[in-house]
Amino acid sequence: MKCRKCGSKASVNMRQHKLALCKEHYLEWIPEQVERHINKYKMFTHEEKILVAVSGGKDSLALWDILARLGYQVDGLYIGLGIDEGERYSSESQRLTQKFADERNLKLHIVDVEKEYGQPIPVLSELTHRGKGRPCSVCGLSKRHVMNRIARDLGYAVLATGHNLDDEAAVLFGNTLNWLGEYLLRQSPVLPESPGLARKVKPLCRFYEREMAAYAFLRGIEYIYEECPFAVGSKTTYYKELLNQLETKRPGAKLTFYLKFLEARQGGLFAEQEKIQATLTPCPNCGQPTSAPGLCSFCRLMVRAATTTAEITD
Amino acid sequence: MVKLILRDKEYEVRPGMDLLAALEKCGILSESVIATRDGELILDDEILKNGDVIKLVAVISGG
Repeated sequence: MKCRKCGSKASVNMRQHKLALCKEHYLEWIPEQVERHINKYKMFTHEEKILVAVSGGKDSLALWDILARLGYQVDGLYIGLGIDEGERYSSESQRLTQKFADERNLKLHIVDVEKEYGQPIPVLSELTHRGKGRPCSVCGLSKRHVMNRIARDLGYAVLATGHNLDDEAAVLFGNTLNWLGEYLLRQSPVLPESPGLARKVKPLCRFYEREMAAYAFLRGIEYIYEECPFAVGSKTTYYKELLNQLETKRPGAKLTFYLKFLEARQGGLFAEQEKIQATLTPCPNCGQPTSAPGLCSFCRLMVRAATTTAEITD
Repeated sequence: MVKLILRDKEYEVRPGMDLLAALEKCGILSESVIATRDGELILDDEILKNGDVIKLVAVISGG
């Protein structure tokens, strides 16, 4: 297969775009497309400060690399989750993230959950009996809380995450299977800022996971290849595999599924947003907005963890 | 023979087929991996030669 731009041997073939490119032209094409999507969805400008949440995985490191190449003012945030039994997943992902930042002279903020909140994620999950044996819901809640806190405290206008199209399509698939209207309404390349909440953006939301893996490989980005041990066998992984089976038979199916959803949502297919949007009030403890009366979910989680710890020690 | 390696698993196929056919033979979805040979990315239509070692990189992350 030949590169469409120069005719030399292609390194990447994107069947959904009927486009094959060589290494050189692929590494040019990706940032051009990211910039196009940033502008199309009005994600941010070159004047704004961006905080990119980095996990040490291929997508978030690729996003940081691309935004830095495009000349944006972008710093990184790594959240140490303390998932270190067996494979030492968190320690290794932090090492790779730090190495990435050091080699490119980029600024990295690190928040260690255990140091700041007393316990690592797996222990917090056990103490609070949340998540049916998997700490994923506690992990997600904690990451959202910390990301927003750091963005707000350090004056970043925007919080960027490395979600790719496969992530978005899998979430969409799960929410559609269960007709979760409220979640469907919230799924978007941009969640605008509101009092107490930073703007959230997903600049890679139109790229296949495979394209990001190819980008990371061709750029020589060293990332954590092993899965989070708690993600193995997850619903998200299963949905991604199903969607890839569909994609194999019908190239472009994942992209169409996601883009047509965005169009339908924009066109008001699901519900009028004002009617189901909850009123947000500041949490009396941390100040972050919450739809619950009293403490936000994260602070309630912390109280529950502290209570259980006290009971165990008594 | 041609060797394909994905994580801790190894597969062997006969030379002469293309990568896509080799992946199908091993029960691997081509959408779920990228394939490398001698440090270079190769595409589905690449004909595999005797002695080739194809390293597959799984692309799905489940977080």
